[in-house]
Amino acid sequence: MIRSITQQKPEEEIDRLLDGLGRVFIIGCGTCVTLTHTGGEPEVKAMKKKLIEKGKLVTGDVILPVACDNLTKEALNEYGEQIDQSDVLLIMTCAFGVQTIASQLKKMVVPALDTLFIGKETAFGEFNEICTQCGTCILGETGGICPVTSCHKGLVNGPCGGTNNGKCEIDNEKDCVWTLIYNRLKELGRLDAMRKLQKPRNHQGEPTPGKWKSVSLRSSDGQKA
Amino acid sequence: MVSSFKKALESGKFVVTSEVAPPKGTNLEKMGHHIELLKDKVDAMNVTDHQSSVMRFPSLGGAIMVKEMGGEPILQMTCRDRNRLALEADLLFASSRGINNVLCLTGDSVIFGDHKEAKGVFDLDSSQLLGTIRKLEKGKDLGGNDLDGNVSFCAGAIVTPEANPLEPQLIKFEKKIEAGAEFIQTQAVYDLDNFKEFMEYAKQFPVKILAGIILLTSAPMARFMNKNVAGVNVPQELIDEMDAAPKGRKLDKGIEIAGRMIKRVRDEKMCHGVHIMAIGKEEVVPDIMAAAGLDI
Repeated sequence: MIRSITQQKPEEEIDRLLDGLGRVFIIGCGTCVTLTHTGGEPEVKAMKKKLIEKGKLVTGDVILPVACDNLTKEALNEYGEQIDQSDVLLIMTCAFGVQTIASQLKKMVVPALDTLFIGKETAFGEFNEICTQCGTCILGETGGICPVTSCHKGLVNGPCGGTNNGKCEIDNEKDCVWTLIYNRLKELGRLDAMRKLQKPRNHQGEPTPGKWKSVSLRSSDGQKA
Repeated sequence: MVSSFKKALESGKFVVTSEVAPPKGTNLEKMGHHIELLKDKVDAMNVTDHQSSVMRFPSLGGAIMVKEMGGEPILQMTCRDRNRLALEADLLFASSRGINNVLCLTGDSVIFGDHKEAKGVFDLDSSQLLGTIRKLEKGKDLGGNDLDGNVSFCAGAIVTPEANPLEPQLIKFEKKIEAGAEFIQTQAVYDLDNFKEFMEYAKQFPVKILAGIILLTSAPMARFMNKNVAGVNVPQELIDEMDAAPKGRKLDKGIEIAGRMIKRVRDEKMCHGVHIMAIGKEEVVPDIMAAAGLDI
């Protein structure tokens, strides 16, 4: 299952964002941030303790089951009073959760986490980005491994000169994805796919802002698809 | 107009290129000194483009300076800092100023440089930049629009003959040639037997190859490159030779080694020439050439 992968913001940044805001309501989430140990119950508890030590008044806290879900509004209704009493919501979910909550409550929100990427747990405690949603999928020519996502430079024509012993120039803990693609295509007897000169990418493949209407729904509206 | 560098490549002579690095700032004195020293000795000099992602005076400005001083510049262009519009525009400008040699590079990651939070662009890659040059020469930009006025370039790229694994690098090398590379300057080679093996493969392609020679200045510098620079392998015997040189004579030893290597590349007709990188010691390039027995 794909997950939203997050890490906690530096303490100084959270302090700055909460500066002058004495009453805080904390929101965590039972899904992705619980898996990554960045916004589950233990992290919310630790945050609460830390804020109290810093002289904040924590008016309440909650772990929503799925913060990005539309049912979040109902889940928060229960905490109406504690939320009303707060100056700010400190949200320990990914940015999807933060935006869902912000759209439903008339309160300033402060994210306690940075959302790094959408990915999956590939080994215990290890998370990998799988797709950057570029809108111009080339997996059919790379043996099903994505260089747009997994090459530091998003190169589509093979490795750069920085690749070293199968690792990336920026971090020898990270695989050079072009070595992985090469190995896969070689195994499949399809190195010809790697030899194909790829044209410059269409960087407008991913709509910005990302809004899209289903073609089938549009045509059922009687509009031109 | 055919550049003098291109003529040299096609003449069959042993071609020598070197490089100059633009300064951090506007004091062009040192670069000017290096250009003055080298312009009549080498066939062309590369002007580096924010080398190692360190922001500097632009390569285009440096190349103009080489041209103005009567030298032959090779404009290095990386894809790290400019999108396709900016790269195309700079190529048009370069052409208008008589700069007709371009080395196309992907570019190091910004995280190695002194603007670590900058956006790495990589809208194009090195092979696509080569293709862009060929397209501009046909009178069209990448959007397919007509251009008013012609351009003509001698375009090149790089290869790392000692990359590990090697085959992905060779596939990229072949794509660069397919995209339009006329010359290749290699990453530093030290083991010339390995390089000969690479050339056995490379000579089947219609491209001129200049072997990369990086001046060794000390044994620790060689060890540093082995540890940190992808595809650079200084053999132990060269490191020992640097180590054994008396203190104060390390640079002389490095010059001797570089000269010796160049002489062997030339004597054995391994490839079409050499690209000498003296990295901060450009003033000794004539000494390296003299040590190699080259006419200067």
